[in-house]
Amino acid sequence: MPILIREQRYHHIKALLARLRLDASARVVVLVEKDGQQIAAHGEVGALDTTSLASLVAGNVAATGGMAKLIGEKEFPTLSHEGDKESIHISVIGRVLLVVVFDQRSSLGLVKLRSKQVSQELAEAFAQIERDSEPAGAVSSLPFSEITDEEIDSLFVQN
Amino acid sequence: MTFINYASREINCKIVYYGPGLCGKTTNLQHIYDATAPQAKGKLISLATDTDRTLFFDFMPLELGTVRGFKTRFHLYTVPGQVFYEASRKLILKGVDGVVFVADSQEERMDANYESLYNLEENLKAHGYDLMKIPYVLQLNKRDLPNIIPAPDLTAELQKKGEPVVEAVASTGVGVFDTLKAVAKQVLTELRKS
Repeated sequence: MPILIREQRYHHIKALLARLRLDASARVVVLVEKDGQQIAAHGEVGALDTTSLASLVAGNVAATGGMAKLIGEKEFPTLSHEGDKESIHISVIGRVLLVVVFDQRSSLGLVKLRSKQVSQELAEAFAQIERDSEPAGAVSSLPFSEITDEEIDSLFVQN
Repeated sequence: MTFINYASREINCKIVYYGPGLCGKTTNLQHIYDATAPQAKGKLISLATDTDRTLFFDFMPLELGTVRGFKTRFHLYTVPGQVFYEASRKLILKGVDGVVFVADSQEERMDANYESLYNLEENLKAHGYDLMKIPYVLQLNKRDLPNIIPAPDLTAELQKKGEPVVEAVASTGVGVFDTLKAVAKQVLTELRKS
């Protein structure tokens, strides 16, 4: 079943990310599903390729999760990568990954604290998205249930 | 796992190119990247070794166009083909919506094709997917080489369920977009069913 992100949920998540970005003095905050799909991003995105970032973060978490299992851990709940100027902090919150990109205006300690504080609300928001996506609530309103073969074919004519 | 975002009006799907080492998975992606207009694609990310062998995965997002007011974006991934990268190969299949199996048509790679195809089935199972049910395309690559198995024989050996079979020469782009189209169409058709 596809995951459906309704406008109201999306704006709620964006608001949570905006608050976190402010509280943590972060540059960019991104919420990513564990399979690598970006759910939402907020902040000084500019030229930052958040789609690629989402995919690499998911790969990174999957790889370190694999390492965790090899040594008998369930997973590593947080990952941090510190650079000279820019750093990344990743929190694993159930099926979603909270990614905070920050620079010298913030600190790892502050980012960790603020990420933890918002994690429960983000977990609940994503749980709600999953409930929205369950068959009973979703099927009748899917815009693609009546999609035609011609419409699908037209995608490939455009390219 | 297909993502449908009503706020940004986007559908995002994940397609994985699977197959034995050096069969041309990365070459498929490279051709799609080179042949696509800049506005329709993101960066091609390759996590590769110093000798250009895929270490973890290649990734590129591709926007195909709009259906019913929704932008359709396909996230294309390859897996590392070499046998010893099994652990990372398995991770890439998480949340997959469609699979392309890139077979190497050369006679001496037949055993590698069998092994990789079996491995694909097993790894899909580990994530709760059934190869017989998910959108799937078989690509017979390297059709330009001299020592190849005839396409009907290769198809008879590797075809699993009547899936589309595309003959390709990924290095020159032959069959690359036909393969992508065949799998993307199945993914979107599946969306209609769900």
